[in-house]
Amino acid sequence: MVKEMASVDIPADMELVYEYPRSLTKAHTHYCPGCTHGIIHRLVAEVLDELGVRERTIGIAPVGCAVLAYYYFDVDMAEAAHGRAPAMATGLKRVSPDKVVFTYQGDGDLASIGIAEISYAANRGDLFTTIFVNNAIYGMTGGQMAPTTLPGQVTTSSPTGRDVATTGYPVRMAEMLGGLQGAAYVTRQAVLDVKGIRRTKKAIKLAFQTQLAGLGFSMVEIISTCNINWHMSVTQAMEWAKKEMVAYFPLGDTKMTDEVRALKEGK
Amino acid sequence: MAKKRKRELIEGNAAIAEAAIRAGVEAFFGYPITPQTEVLEHFSRRLPEEGRVFLQAESEVASINMVYGAACAGARVMTSSSSPGVSLMQEGISYIACSEVPAVITNIMRGGPGLGNVQPAQGDYFQAVKSAGHGDYHMIALAPASVQEAIDLVVLAFDLAEKYRTIVIIVADGSIGQMMEPAELPPMRPVRPPEERPSWALTGAQGREHNIITSLYLGAEKMEAVNLRLQAKLKEIAANEVRWKEYSTEDAELLLVAFGTMGRICQTVVREARAKGMKAGLLRPITLWPFPSARIAELAEQVRGILTVEMNAGQMVEDVRLAVEGSCPVQFYGRMGGIVPLPDDILPELEKLAADVAGGKEA
Repeated sequence: MVKEMASVDIPADMELVYEYPRSLTKAHTHYCPGCTHGIIHRLVAEVLDELGVRERTIGIAPVGCAVLAYYYFDVDMAEAAHGRAPAMATGLKRVSPDKVVFTYQGDGDLASIGIAEISYAANRGDLFTTIFVNNAIYGMTGGQMAPTTLPGQVTTSSPTGRDVATTGYPVRMAEMLGGLQGAAYVTRQAVLDVKGIRRTKKAIKLAFQTQLAGLGFSMVEIISTCNINWHMSVTQAMEWAKKEMVAYFPLGDTKMTDEVRALKEGK
Repeated sequence: MAKKRKRELIEGNAAIAEAAIRAGVEAFFGYPITPQTEVLEHFSRRLPEEGRVFLQAESEVASINMVYGAACAGARVMTSSSSPGVSLMQEGISYIACSEVPAVITNIMRGGPGLGNVQPAQGDYFQAVKSAGHGDYHMIALAPASVQEAIDLVVLAFDLAEKYRTIVIIVADGSIGQMMEPAELPPMRPVRPPEERPSWALTGAQGREHNIITSLYLGAEKMEAVNLRLQAKLKEIAANEVRWKEYSTEDAELLLVAFGTMGRICQTVVREARAKGMKAGLLRPITLWPFPSARIAELAEQVRGILTVEMNAGQMVEDVRLAVEGSCPVQFYGRMGGIVPLPDDILPELEKLAADVAGGKEA
């Protein structure tokens, strides 16, 4: 099912200004048109390239839309049970402390079924990095209510809109995990425009640097879109996420230890 | 001249942990639960002493997934629990089985179902042998009958797990775990250095293509191909790794079949039955999967009847009956809830079998 893209030769008289990240394979994406997973995959790959750690990086894929992430990242990867990626990453990193380990998880995986595993990994300060893609819906199963679905948001399992009186409230994971002592760097970013994408990349880089420096657990929550299951155009989805999601899930750092701040400021 | 190793008085749970350390285990992830907590406690003290990894997880769900992660890295790793905790691990066990990474689990069985109690029981036979998680696979299931055998089987478990890239479960009960007996621990094996981890392991894609460990195969043909490969491996294991012990079976007319603690108690039953003039023998399966079906089938041709004794409602007896295929009567005696049948309870059952088969009555 994974098709390789054709490679393109650069003519001798042209300058290469935009390169495919070494940490990505050339596999064709299975993600829906308009999906932001592709952007986030690329950002992670660029960071791994820039840090020069591709050959010692091990990723853990979730259950959800990114279940096939291992086809796209050209690093060693395992596929976890639903929500268990942080426990796998803990086991893996503890026996391979010289490796760079990351989990890549969606909101159902991380904030619902896997909330125990991510919380304890963060609390222990396990030395891996989590990329948490929050698009407020279960994408792979076709648009059901997620732990981060907004109040009133219509999904296939909340057909009259999420009723917080019976289903509780959207979980703010960055705030929750940022409150744990073992977490060194927790931030929420958004890939809804160019500026946000650039900020997200910086955050991803700092998260991996936090791991490399052995400072503790690091997570970048990324506000993302699912235009298909939101039944919107790509542009509408970006606008809706900016207006509605960011209002409920404010962007910014929820945890940055002094050591991470020093790292960020290059001290 | 090799230095003579000495036997020491050691508790079953501690012996299991220490044997794993001697066998080169690199990491242990577990959660406290009676009656296996001493396994975790022993590791918590000894693994840091040896510079290896110990972590008390937040749950058995996390434990088995930490084991999965460490196994993916190619490390020698184990977890341990008791019945309700092993139930929580079923999901992870299924993933590990499909991903074909080696791992060792210990189940120090207690009374069930549900929360049950903390008395020794054998009610998890089906779970260990037939239904460990979803999908088509088996674990190798090893059943020790003494502290010494538990030690020996832990060492074997790691070797089998790595040889076949499979899960091995040690199925003991609370009495093996809690009992102290003189036993001899194996010599310390060197821990395999990280640079010698297997080529399939996730060690970083340096100078090679990236390794992927997954249990997801979206195409039906691919998923069937994976299943066929797993089944071929299980067939190989079944052909090569069946283990059992026999006691006084040469001239036996009545055969007892029992495993673990029950197998040990039934040795006494055989002695007492022989003293009463009954030609009794015992077959004690050591591998519950693969099951010694062929040998039981042979003995079924020799004996007049079989009595299977278990600390459950009758689980292994189903495999005994499948092996025997009706060629002799198979009766069952068992107690549940953590009650351990004693020779005085079992002997009358054997006498009843003797009377039934003497009268030509079908079991």
